[in-house]
Amino acid sequence: MIDILGKRYLYFAISLLVILPGLIILAIWKLPLAIDFTGGSLLEVKFDSGKSPQPAEVVILYNELGVEDVQVQTTGEGTLVSKSSFLDDETRGQVVSEMERKFSSIVTVLRYDSVGPTVGKEVASRAALAVSVAALAVIIYITYAFRGIQHAFRYGLCAIIAMVHDVAVVVSLSAIGGHFWGWQIDSLFLTALLTVIGFSVQDKIVVFDRIRENSGILRRLPFEKLVNHSIIQTLQRSINTQLMTVEFMLLALALFGGVTLREFALILLVGLFSGTYSSIFIAAPILVAWENREWRNWFGRGTREVSA
Amino acid sequence: MTKRNQRFLIIVVIVIAVAIYIDVPSSPGIHFLGINRDFNTRLGLDLVGGVQALLEADLPEGAQVDTEAMNTAVQIVENRVNGLGVNEAVVQQAGDRRIVVELPGETDPERALATIKQTGLLEFVDFSDIPAEQAYIMEGQTVLTDYGQSVSVGSLPTPTEDTKAGAISETSEITSTDIISPTLPVFHTVMTGATLKNVQVTTNQLGEYEVAFELYPDGAKIFSDYTSSHIGTILAIVLDKQVISAPRINTAITDGQGIITGSFTQETSNALAVQLRYGSLPIPLKIVETRTVGPTLGEDSLNKSLKAGIIGFTIVVLFMALYYRLPGLVADLAILIYAALAFALFRFIPVTLTLPGIAGFLLSTGSALDANILIFERLKEELRSGRKLGQAIDLGWQRAWPSIRDSNIATIITCSILFWFGSTFGATIVKGFSLTLFLGVVVSLFTAFVVTRTLLDIVLNFFKPSNLEKWFGI
Repeated sequence: MIDILGKRYLYFAISLLVILPGLIILAIWKLPLAIDFTGGSLLEVKFDSGKSPQPAEVVILYNELGVEDVQVQTTGEGTLVSKSSFLDDETRGQVVSEMERKFSSIVTVLRYDSVGPTVGKEVASRAALAVSVAALAVIIYITYAFRGIQHAFRYGLCAIIAMVHDVAVVVSLSAIGGHFWGWQIDSLFLTALLTVIGFSVQDKIVVFDRIRENSGILRRLPFEKLVNHSIIQTLQRSINTQLMTVEFMLLALALFGGVTLREFALILLVGLFSGTYSSIFIAAPILVAWENREWRNWFGRGTREVSA
Repeated sequence: MTKRNQRFLIIVVIVIAVAIYIDVPSSPGIHFLGINRDFNTRLGLDLVGGVQALLEADLPEGAQVDTEAMNTAVQIVENRVNGLGVNEAVVQQAGDRRIVVELPGETDPERALATIKQTGLLEFVDFSDIPAEQAYIMEGQTVLTDYGQSVSVGSLPTPTEDTKAGAISETSEITSTDIISPTLPVFHTVMTGATLKNVQVTTNQLGEYEVAFELYPDGAKIFSDYTSSHIGTILAIVLDKQVISAPRINTAITDGQGIITGSFTQETSNALAVQLRYGSLPIPLKIVETRTVGPTLGEDSLNKSLKAGIIGFTIVVLFMALYYRLPGLVADLAILIYAALAFALFRFIPVTLTLPGIAGFLLSTGSALDANILIFERLKEELRSGRKLGQAIDLGWQRAWPSIRDSNIATIITCSILFWFGSTFGATIVKGFSLTLFLGVVVSLFTAFVVTRTLLDIVLNFFKPSNLEKWFGI
């Protein structure tokens, strides 16, 4: 039988290798948050004259109204996008009427997105709070559902640790994407993250269920063998579910879906793959490492006989 | 066919029939037994384009927001938004100090924001030409008034020609969402809410609720003149052109202090008092978030995602059939039924489909597939270990159940918590995602355990495969 668990420290190392670079980028350059989370305004206007003014002129216009932090881009024939800090209603009205006056053309607002500075932060922090509460509830539920076998609590906690691993993979990928390809972390990212979290937890429980079932049947087997056996038994299912629910659907979305959804699909693709990966290569190995109390050996002079 | 399968087959067929009835694009809806429902797919702003705004009570941080005042504010914003003539506009309170306004299809953010921000206009309107019964029916409807148009406010009523021209019978058919054409009667505004000094709820000797009001001197003068000459007629109270109350003038009110009586409960009298008192909004509101999605962007992403979805789905269906053979084909049918049921549920409730909502639905489709895969893998295991087909099927379902149950319950718990947070804090993404995921997971449990099982049993009953390797792919 294939020995999956024997190389568990290799898997931990691989995960760290994937997660760390992203986290380092994150620490240095921060996540490229869109106005959904930072707050700010995005104003896209069309000049009916068909001639848009120079971006620099528009920046000056904003500055004259007391808005300092502005970026302006021409996007097409007579259209213009400007990003700035949050504009209140009055200022927005002034910006538009000043544009009409100064550049003597009727100005149509095509798009106006604005998020108040506190609202943006709230969305992120409340989503995080909601996920934390949900994670806690999942730990409690798994502990209850696995109450028939030893150390039921460990299964709940390991599932959540592996879920955090998947979140870290996604965040790391986004940090890399943000730095090198100009991705923006917007509300679609939040949707992708929620999907990954939901999938991850569900997948862990399926693998753990087999351990639960086997620990009744294969009582004699050492824990490590038992877990290894359970993983092998569920392997075909893990692969098929991953292939079908994830790769087929999302590859289609990434390849044929609109441009707006491409980043979204890619993040999901990686996140959901990580969801299956971490069930086998993170959650279950941690269970075994915990059972063996392996941390005693991590820092040199451990006493090996305890784990036997 | 066993009794159990017969019963389940009947249930499955009925459920599918109902789902298809709801799903068909030209669904006639349900219009009997007092139920009056039409079914249509609601698409969110991110898919059809439109304007979304988040309003917040403009009060100091931490200040208590009066629940009742907030309800009234939601009501008033809703009235204003209805004036835009947008179909399926949504005005919802989110948390205790925020209001979400969604205007699907609206393309002009300037106009939308201006409408939401406008201050409400309270008018006392001359309904003396309308019989009382008719006036009562008109409560909640929209009317035209001459305020700010031609006749100066405060002059005595001079009903315009078209008011009398028999057009009144038509007015009872106006609903608040109708667009009013200029041929409809224009009512005369006696005075506006600016003349109101004070409004409060009182009770009379009989313990009945009343709304007492006091006018400023200039208002009192107009009111005195008007009521003296119009005793017995209706003086409607109109907020933002919508009739909110149609009281009758019983006596001339000359001292500027009047009482509105009627069959008020404490709530209705309070609500009227609040509307009178605040004419505009009971709470100052500021716009804290605005979003515009162009209709082309929405349509484009919708079409492409649909196409992608169909391609992905086709691959999945083929894979299931190739890999799991006979049960795979049955599962494909079950997944189609699952999709029809979930979609029917979305149309029935109705759930507004946004991109996060569709993501939730896709995840639950994954979960529905996973349930089938789990069962079939168990089934194959049992067949490989030499069990007979019937027994293997029983065991396959029985042994896969705990894992499907626990993993789905965990998802349901997660969804409930996310949904609760999402609706309390107005995080619409979280809410839309968790709602469709929740519904999808519940439907997927039904399809895996009832639909797939029953169909597979029935197929095997009619068609007894001898070559298990070929038909089950073991």
